[in-house]
Amino acid sequence: MTEAQPAAAAAAAAASSAFAVEQAWQLNPQVALRDESFGALAYHYGNRRLVFLKSRTLVALVSSLQDYPSAAEAIAAVVPEGQQDSYRRALARLAASEVIGVR
Amino acid sequence: MSADTAPLPLKEQFSRGLDAPICLTWELTYACNLACVHCLSSSGRRDPNELTPAEARGIVDAMVDMKVFYVNIGGGEPMLRPDFFDLVSYAVDRQVGVKFSTNGTRLNAERARQLAALDYLDVQISIDGATAASNDAVRGEGSFAAARAAMDNLAAADFGQFKISVVITRQNVEELDALAAIADSYGAQLRLTRLRPSGRAVDTWDALHPTAEQQRTLYHWLIERPGVLTGDSFFHLSALGQPLDGLNLCGAGRVVCLIDPVGDVYACPFVIDSQFLAGNVRDPGGFPAVWRESALFTSLREPQSAGACASCGSFDACQGGCMAAKFFTGLPLDGPDPECVHGHGETALAALAERPQSALGHSKIGRDGTPIPVPTPVRFRSPART
Repeated sequence: MTEAQPAAAAAAAAASSAFAVEQAWQLNPQVALRDESFGALAYHYGNRRLVFLKSRTLVALVSSLQDYPSAAEAIAAVVPEGQQDSYRRALARLAASEVIGVR
Repeated sequence: MSADTAPLPLKEQFSRGLDAPICLTWELTYACNLACVHCLSSSGRRDPNELTPAEARGIVDAMVDMKVFYVNIGGGEPMLRPDFFDLVSYAVDRQVGVKFSTNGTRLNAERARQLAALDYLDVQISIDGATAASNDAVRGEGSFAAARAAMDNLAAADFGQFKISVVITRQNVEELDALAAIADSYGAQLRLTRLRPSGRAVDTWDALHPTAEQQRTLYHWLIERPGVLTGDSFFHLSALGQPLDGLNLCGAGRVVCLIDPVGDVYACPFVIDSQFLAGNVRDPGGFPAVWRESALFTSLREPQSAGACASCGSFDACQGGCMAAKFFTGLPLDGPDPECVHGHGETALAALAERPQSALGHSKIGRDGTPIPVPTPVRFRSPART
């Protein structure tokens, strides 16, 4: 059905490496988002990976990265307190699968 | 991926259907110059009612509107459609990526260079054995040499990484390592898919489908090789233990569908039968209306009964298996998969009074009105490899 899974497994493994939360990030220009009720699908036209953004908040966060000088500030502005660690980890996974990149 | 905050598990979300398919297969033509004994669409003859080039471009336009990121193009042999390259270019120019499957017979050096020049294009060359002997027994004489020539042409054109697509059978499951070696020799990705008893395989499935022991061998082979692609096709094997990579659910009509060469929309590529026909792209509202509103797809997106599998501890892992495999072997859709790893399918098959008859499909027909037997020997103009 989707052949994104080997890539996703690799991404999960890479996500344990440090995520530069103080840097400026953006949605990778090669990635398209499609809104869905659960969040969004993200497709990377370069590496052909399909990734699932599993909440609307994560979609809002990813889409707003370019408006903030750092990922940390985007998280602080978009994500409710108490959930921010979880979204920092989610961004780290998206960075590992190249859905988002440093700008 | 998990962002930890989804209100429902993703699998549950997908089983209720999405606004647009994730995996859309589009068979461009029923014409084929091969006659593989397991062809899921019984291809051979071009259907005179095939979509026109303008109608085909209209489908791409609908995909753009629905944000379908890529389409899986097949057939028949898609390269036999005269507007094949026009259509592929039309799609990739509009950010609809194309992954297309071909038998390679028309993929000469010039066409390989044309393909290499296109962005967002993936090619899958089909072989069903690691040698000419095992492959040609299923796909026809000369087909292995032609596929290898196509692979050589892609390599010579610097296409980059292509895929080698193999339907796993009782005969080739012993060749898994040899198939992986062929892929490695090209820097290609190996893609293995499940033999379904669809199309001409209604008649050949009994002889071709892997044994229970071979299924276990395949499962362990796949678990050790997460880089081998499967298109999520072996999720019934996840009942053997650790789940295979993938969503492990039947996506038919929920995240998957098929558009056939005459515009008929089916729940998945393996159920070309009136019972699973949702509508036609020529209907008012086109493909988007069929996807979003058809009675068939609406019903598939409702909670499904686990039926006879409800009491089985493996149901969460295998979800009862493949709808198409059950349907074409005559098993109830809420019963076990015919290749259930616990043997429940074999028991159910043995209890059947009769098995479904094969449909004629688009197999080539002889002068006496009956389908020409397959495999049909095929000849190619330049089978020699360089």
